[in-house]
Amino acid sequence: MWLFILRRVASTVPVMLIVAVVIFAMLRLTPGDPAVVIAGDQATAEQIARIRASLGLDLPIHEQFVTWIVHILQGDLGTSIFTNMPVSTLIGQRLEPTMMLTLTTVIFSVSVAVPLGVWAAWRAGTWTDRLIMMFSVLGFSFPVFVLGYLLIYQFGLTLKWLPTQGYKSPFTDPLGFASTIVMPTITLGMIYIALVTRITRASVLEVLGEDYIRTARAKGQVERKVLFRHALKNAAVPIATIIGIGIALLIGGAVVTETVFNIPGLGRLVVDAILRRDYPIIQGLILVFSFTYIIINMLIDIAYTMLDPRIRY
Amino acid sequence: MTEASTQPVLEISHLSVALPSSGDRRHAVIDLSLTIQPGEIVCVVGESGSGKSVTAQAIMGLLPKGQLVAERGTIALQGEDVLKASPDRLREWRGTRMAMIFQEPMTALNPVLTVGDQIAEMLAIHTDLTAAEQRARVLEMMQAVHLPDVERMIDCYPHQLSGGQRQRIMIAQALILDPALLIADEPTTALDVTTQAQILKLIKEMQERRGTGVLFITHDFGVVADIADRVVVMQHGNLVESGTRDEVLLAPKRPYTQMLIASVPSLVPPHREPVSGPVALQTINLGKTYQGTGGFLDKERVVKAADQVNLILRRGETLGVVGESGSGKSTVARCIARLIDPSEGQILLDGLDIAHLPEKTLRPHRRHVQVIFQDPFRSLNPRRTVGQSIIEGPMNFGLSENEALSRARDLMGLVGLSPDALSRFPHQFSGGQRQRISIARALAMQPHVLIADEAVSALDVSVQAQVLALLDDVRKRFDLALLFITHDLRVAAQICDRIMVMQKGKVVEEGATRTLFANPQHTYTKALFDAAPGHDFTKR
Amino acid sequence: MSLTASPSPVADRPSRGRALMDLFRHNPLMMLSAVILLVLVLAALFAPYLGTVDPRKIGVLRRMAPPSAQAWFGGDQLGRDLWTRALYGARVSLMVGSVVAVMSISIGLLIGMVSGYLRAFDAVIMRIMDGLMSIPGILLAIGLVSVSGASFLTVTVAIMIPEIPRVVRLVRSIVLTVREEPYVEAAIAVGTPVPLILWRHILPNCVPPLIVQATYVAASAMLTEALLSFLGAGTPPEIPSWGNMMAEGRIVFPIAPWIVLIPGCTLAVAILAVNVLGDGLRDRLDPKIAKRM
Repeated sequence: MWLFILRRVASTVPVMLIVAVVIFAMLRLTPGDPAVVIAGDQATAEQIARIRASLGLDLPIHEQFVTWIVHILQGDLGTSIFTNMPVSTLIGQRLEPTMMLTLTTVIFSVSVAVPLGVWAAWRAGTWTDRLIMMFSVLGFSFPVFVLGYLLIYQFGLTLKWLPTQGYKSPFTDPLGFASTIVMPTITLGMIYIALVTRITRASVLEVLGEDYIRTARAKGQVERKVLFRHALKNAAVPIATIIGIGIALLIGGAVVTETVFNIPGLGRLVVDAILRRDYPIIQGLILVFSFTYIIINMLIDIAYTMLDPRIRY
Repeated sequence: MTEASTQPVLEISHLSVALPSSGDRRHAVIDLSLTIQPGEIVCVVGESGSGKSVTAQAIMGLLPKGQLVAERGTIALQGEDVLKASPDRLREWRGTRMAMIFQEPMTALNPVLTVGDQIAEMLAIHTDLTAAEQRARVLEMMQAVHLPDVERMIDCYPHQLSGGQRQRIMIAQALILDPALLIADEPTTALDVTTQAQILKLIKEMQERRGTGVLFITHDFGVVADIADRVVVMQHGNLVESGTRDEVLLAPKRPYTQMLIASVPSLVPPHREPVSGPVALQTINLGKTYQGTGGFLDKERVVKAADQVNLILRRGETLGVVGESGSGKSTVARCIARLIDPSEGQILLDGLDIAHLPEKTLRPHRRHVQVIFQDPFRSLNPRRTVGQSIIEGPMNFGLSENEALSRARDLMGLVGLSPDALSRFPHQFSGGQRQRISIARALAMQPHVLIADEAVSALDVSVQAQVLALLDDVRKRFDLALLFITHDLRVAAQICDRIMVMQKGKVVEEGATRTLFANPQHTYTKALFDAAPGHDFTKR
Repeated sequence: MSLTASPSPVADRPSRGRALMDLFRHNPLMMLSAVILLVLVLAALFAPYLGTVDPRKIGVLRRMAPPSAQAWFGGDQLGRDLWTRALYGARVSLMVGSVVAVMSISIGLLIGMVSGYLRAFDAVIMRIMDGLMSIPGILLAIGLVSVSGASFLTVTVAIMIPEIPRVVRLVRSIVLTVREEPYVEAAIAVGTPVPLILWRHILPNCVPPLIVQATYVAASAMLTEALLSFLGAGTPPEIPSWGNMMAEGRIVFPIAPWIVLIPGCTLAVAILAVNVLGDGLRDRLDPKIAKRM
């Protein structure tokens, strides 16, 4: 068991290394001079040279790479061109809203999507199923920001039920947090709900066709227990997997949601960095988000062993 | 209980089960009547599509909703009609009055629950026993089906058990509430022959001790001979013939039954002259080792799928390779056809070692060794016509399309199909016809060595006989060296000149078929022969 | 268990055209989606002739004008005609969707076949794909655009790269399954060269799922393009795209919500149509997966 966990943890190392290489290569291997692009159209030669030096682009490529890896290992993600502050400090300042938003979204989405998916699978082929699936396609297709603006328009501007902008910390202002987080959570959760519902339905449906479900029915087991004791427990692994993989969608969506609702989180940090051409911040954030994603999926993988006795070390 | 002894356990009368309207048949079961008395084993025998499994589902009330409907008739379970029972009442009966075991014990058990929990579930559904009482009953039952080390096994998951142990779990689960009727749907078909013999013995023992009525569904007349009190033969949903075991097996009245029984190969090999043609194929110390990748912190697993295999095969000769699953017989075949690369040893094809030739140098030699695979539904590309599949090989070796097509047309006649089959797609043919097409495809290459890898195992017994005859015919006609891989001793007895018995990757015994069957030497060979079902019935 | 079936009646295969018509008749939602997409494509192609003006032309009277008979979709805060810009925006969206779909499917197919059948560099390729898939797609695209500058080409490439690993995985998994099929082994045994095996026996099995996958990639690409433009890391601002239109209207949303909502809803409808079409095709072409999804 411990060996398995150790091995799974170790297996993230090459993936993280490749992520680091990809992010490193992104700046160095794109055609054209990235320093010129980053400096922008009105930049002077001096500004370009300064950017080149600050990104270390004037060093030989292997030296650049070694420096980059060493710095990552030391927790140094570079320095913002615009504010001259360490990227890690900036990320630390903006961490809370994003974490809170993703947390509420995951909890909200999973508690809606899993029952919905099981229900759809159980009623497969009926109108209930078709309605739930239509809702899921809708969730996939509605761009996060369009949904966000529709919600703001309806509940913020027309009905005036909820504040349309900003973020309050749950530690200082729980009520304010609750009222500001509702719409972003729904907005961000939509596509995630669509995804998890779909996969839950599909996996439960597949399991329902298995021989052991027939065995359970042949024992005289009641339908409710067939569904929850036999089916859902077997479908848990693909559902857990998609919850993990879906985190990537959530991270992308958070960037947009924070922009729409003006939440001062990491997503806004990205958008501000895009506008200011502050490449080290973008690079650092991609790295942090990717590593978070890898670690979450590793934790879910380890959790599998608790769910499914077949998966063994 | 006194009443039950006079009353039949199951009485089906005039049952008809309708198929969905889109199919080519209107009924899966037509006007079926049969009776099972307490303590009696009734075997329902039939080929695929005979309606035997549908009958079982109908009795359990488990017909797939919306697809199959019991239209007419009654199914009286201890005098009460299953078809008229309410869903709740039916649920009550399942497990208490009737229970079922299935063909594939791996998939029939829930992989994420311990086997103990699954047996105990039966008690949880139908009794008020406490958890401790349940556990005690489960342990007792597991002992009754002769499972070893039950205290430990009760907390195991299905994947930790062998196939035979899993089927014992299924039997324990089915019989723990002493149902009056046990339905067994091909319960030994997925098992090796030695395991099959043990499970059959167990079913018989349990049934005798408890006086259970058993409905035993099978396609295997050997099994019927070993276990049945009475036999019911079905074809296309109709009851063809029924009677006691001896009536049906020894003096069948209906032509269909006679044909079926005549198709079962005998366990007594016919006399065959030794073959003295030139050596077409020889392996020397052939071995295939599978190695777990042995990644980081990974335990290295080494499996010797084939080990030190030496064989000689002459033109015009049939060599049988016999063994249970995991014996390495298919590995040997696939190495010789170079579908997998052998780890060690030599494969001499007409004197040339092809064991380690790289693909480019190997390709010209590939045409000399052709393979016929087990699954007729997967061995032809569904998107290409039969003709395209057959001419692919000859055209690889320089024949023009017209030449190849004319050869294909000739071969169609030879394998007993009409030449216009060439322009049709595989899905338009039955399994037996597809095996004929596969044989034609192999012959189109004019090979020296033909490998039949369980080539008749997936076929119904009547079709099997025809395909075997065809194989034997083409062997003679083209002076082929035939390497015949099978798990079925009856088939091997009839077609092979010599037999090689494999176990766990090694050859344990080898000899002329008649000698080997008459006087097996190795303990494993003896066990294998003893386990073959229906000994007494086909020593005709 | 025996597998022999009774000889199936010789079924005439309906022609492809007939099959497609049947498909649409049985699935009215899919029919509707196809019509919507057709209308969008035509509108994008013939944008200059459909009552539009120069998309960059500023009309003072149209400044933040709500939809009316003169300006069907109203005007934005600079006074540009939103109807015009919406039609020209369709060009960008559909172009990105189709180019990304075709390119990522082709490249993914190639890599997947090499990796799955030839097993050349399989481990290396798959680790790289794992790495690429670990970077959230939108962020990877943002990163790529911000180092190479915003242009139609860079945006398309940036959207394409995160899509490729998914296609590679799909193709590879199909190839790995199909290469074990006895009919492929039979082809090897009769000496068929590898390129022919790939072409005759493997590729045809990849096509139906890839057609389905292509629709999903297209939908996802259209979505990503709009998101990137909205965030300021997409199509250059001088090109009218739906994302750009929304980004520009963001500041005046409380006063003139239609500037954001009109392109937003058009985008949503377009993506919905593509997704519904994809689901319909999947049910038809890929029944094995369809049953599961």
